[in-house]
Amino acid sequence: MFFATSIAILVTMALALARAVMGPSVYDRVLAVNMFGTKTALLLSVVAYLYGRPDFLDLALTYALINFVGVLAVLEFFQNRTVSPDLNKNDDVR
Amino acid sequence: MSMMIDIVSWILLLSGGAFVFIGGIGALRMPNFYTRVHAASLTDSMGTILILAGIMLQAGWSLALIKLLAILVFLLLTCPTASYALANAALLSGLKPDAKTLSPDDKGRPTP
Repeated sequence: MFFATSIAILVTMALALARAVMGPSVYDRVLAVNMFGTKTALLLSVVAYLYGRPDFLDLALTYALINFVGVLAVLEFFQNRTVSPDLNKNDDVR
Repeated sequence: MSMMIDIVSWILLLSGGAFVFIGGIGALRMPNFYTRVHAASLTDSMGTILILAGIMLQAGWSLALIKLLAILVFLLLTCPTASYALANAALLSGLKPDAKTLSPDDKGRPTP
């Protein structure tokens, strides 16, 4: 039961990594980092119960907080950088 | 009674995993940035609620339940805020949202 959930979370992490690699604009990469961080917190709490060690929950708690601060810090870093015009077109995903 | 708890937490966990997975697919398939942020952050919050609720049922009345509640509250507070900051930073820096609706072609599929 926990194993199936952790597999789903791991696959989503892989999809987030794929978005990080493919992402045209830098904000897609920050979105991928944000997704990856929250999924790590979820995975940590699921694995805490998979291996029966409730002290992993503290790790998940701190990771959720640090991930939020990190995403905001990175966003503040390139807040005013202008986006190149060719990023405004849609990359058609059919 | 414990069988009932196991079944309910099993359903919650698997539906949470499904939501998380749908969010991952949505982040990949969506055409432009703002739809990706929408897809990723929406299912992210829902998946978090379901998965952590499923684990809470397993935890029972213990210190771990309080930790799980803290994780749930923090994730529910921080994830939408981070997505808002992300979309706001992208908008301020000139990534214009695609205002025109995708006109459907003859077979009904949206063309950019």
